[in-house]
Amino acid sequence: MTVTEAPSRRKLSTAKAMVEGIAQEMERDPSVFLLGEDVGSYGGIFSSTTGLLDRFGPQRVMDTPISETGFIGAAIGAAVEGMRPIAELMFADFFGVCMDQIYNHMAKIHFESGGNVKVPMVITTAVGGGYSDGAQHSQCLWGTFAHLPGMKVVVPSTPADAKGLMISAIRDDNPVVYMFHKGVMGLPWMAKNPRSVAPVPEEEYEVPIGKASVVRQGRDVSIVTLSLSVHHALDVADELAGDGIECEVVDLRSLVPMDTDTILESVARTGRLVVVDEDYLSFGLSGEVVARVAERDPSVLKAPPARVAVPDVPIPYARSLEYAVLPTHARIRAAVEEMVGA
Amino acid sequence: MEPQVRADLYDMMVLIRTFEEAILREYHADKKPVFDIGAGAIPGEMHLSAGQEPVAAGVCAHLTGDDAVTATHRPHHFAIAHGVDLRRMTAEIFGRVDGLGKGRGGHMHLFDPNVHFSCSGIIAEGYPPAVGQALAFQRKSTDRIAVAVTGEGAANQGGFHEALNLASLWKLPVVFVIEDNDWGISVPRSASTCVTSNAVRAAGYDMPGERVEDNSVEAVHEAAGKAIARARAGEGPSLLEVHTLRLWGHFEGDAQAYRTDLEGVPGRDPIPTFEASLRADGLLDDDGMRAARERAQQRVEDAIAFAKNSPQPEPASALEYVFA
Ligand SMILES: Cc1ncc(C[n+]2csc(CCOP(=O)(O)OP(=O)(O)O)c2C)c(N)n1
Repeated sequence: MTVTEAPSRRKLSTAKAMVEGIAQEMERDPSVFLLGEDVGSYGGIFSSTTGLLDRFGPQRVMDTPISETGFIGAAIGAAVEGMRPIAELMFADFFGVCMDQIYNHMAKIHFESGGNVKVPMVITTAVGGGYSDGAQHSQCLWGTFAHLPGMKVVVPSTPADAKGLMISAIRDDNPVVYMFHKGVMGLPWMAKNPRSVAPVPEEEYEVPIGKASVVRQGRDVSIVTLSLSVHHALDVADELAGDGIECEVVDLRSLVPMDTDTILESVARTGRLVVVDEDYLSFGLSGEVVARVAERDPSVLKAPPARVAVPDVPIPYARSLEYAVLPTHARIRAAVEEMVGA
Repeated sequence: MEPQVRADLYDMMVLIRTFEEAILREYHADKKPVFDIGAGAIPGEMHLSAGQEPVAAGVCAHLTGDDAVTATHRPHHFAIAHGVDLRRMTAEIFGRVDGLGKGRGGHMHLFDPNVHFSCSGIIAEGYPPAVGQALAFQRKSTDRIAVAVTGEGAANQGGFHEALNLASLWKLPVVFVIEDNDWGISVPRSASTCVTSNAVRAAGYDMPGERVEDNSVEAVHEAAGKAIARARAGEGPSLLEVHTLRLWGHFEGDAQAYRTDLEGVPGRDPIPTFEASLRADGLLDDDGMRAARERAQQRVEDAIAFAKNSPQPEPASALEYVFA
């Protein structure tokens, strides 16, 4: 290619970017198909499949009964036979009814077969709270999925990453759990972060799974985070820059595999680490990030690390309570200020 | 059927509808001009049961507060018909401290231990616990029973089938109720369920199964009466499916673009139908209707006022109630 085009400035919501990634892969590869609840004419409760039924028909975009064990298991079977299914679990919170198929089967087949069987499938699922949907519809739970070996776990925060990670996930020969936060999708009926609509290249491209992104550079403190919390962290960083505090923001993008090098390099530059996680505090992502830094080189830390996460309580319904436990902008800011001694 | 029973069923249906119309009003009032699901006095998802009143009224008329009901993400009609405290239920929907769950649960997670009521936002999740409640009642040698409610979409979930098998195996006093409103969000029954009537599935679990076809509260009342009497007599579980109607969207904000049956829907509203039948039998006139609506309106507005007057929970209390 010799034609040099101006970089695309076309803006898409995260939801539309995700759908575009799926559509391009479905065009390219006839073995890709999609199944799940309300993925057809409804287009996905969080617009994760809008328009795909019209384009690809009911053979390749299948509405399923409410039987997650059944249809996720069916996706596993199809994947084992060489297809590339994308199965949508409407909310990550619903994993309880089908987790056996996910972690005992999907995630272990390659290992148990001594590498002889591949399971090239994607599970997409919506995560996150902030709109009073209560304790069974607001969790992130990515730490739970990431804890169990054998599946990759990716969590985009921007439209461009949502598309590139989707394409990578579909092309990956491993099971990939693709978790999208409702608050980054750019939905018209939910309070919108302005960054949930952003430029997305039109062509197909991959965002490598397992590579974090330094979305803002700064010398004073590293905020390591993912998903909607990236946007909160960037807002905090913008504000604190006015006070002379320079935050570096690292968007993990992928929990499994996790990009320890990028985290380490960032913390080595800043000497300070704040991990922000919308999942539960204990036994999860935030502890994992801190542990990796401590294991590799605790001497880079000029101060004890801090964690801003959901304090081991189910997500409450009432707004006043929900916002007391979510990793809000205010909590992130307070953690950074305390650490830099401002 | 006794005139008084019919009158009571009517009152209950009117109360439920009045309540949900009030919730609808309060829910949408503060979500304008642009619908934002997280905004306002009642935030989050809202699943209303308008059209399904006959099921709750007809079944719960046979229950006392000693019997247990496990309901679904669409719980209000069963909660009201089973006698859940209306004020505290409303306060919970508003997320206030005087709510059933002190603002922790919300509209899909209403728990009233006084009348053994619970519900859940996870599909079919109430079926297995109803089996356990029935087991407890059986062990205590009572004639109390458990009623488990789901939608027809939920009848494809594993927990549903496991619960039916256990209840039949252990001959437990459970009545499994399916509200078939034709739709599981956007997926019609015809695209999700391999049988046209879930009642036939009962045979696979060696229990009686009955389908009430016309969303009539009297027919539900009669069929539920048989199943409940059987359970109370220690003869084991039954399955009752009612072909009912989802008058409104799956949740508020649902434009229902997928729906192919909408044209005929208003004409199938079960309340005017029941009114006409009561009128024809000389049991209801304009005054009677007005009086029933006023009684309901008073209770509902009292509950809404109670909810609105209850304080928001203190943020500092957010970590309470994780453990007993
Ligand atoms: C395990 C699980 N899967 C999916 C959902 C999402 N969901 C909520 S309601 C619903 C449809 C339920 O249909 P049905 O059982 O027929 O009840 P209805 O809404 O019609 O009353 C779905 C799929 C859920 N809450 N839990």
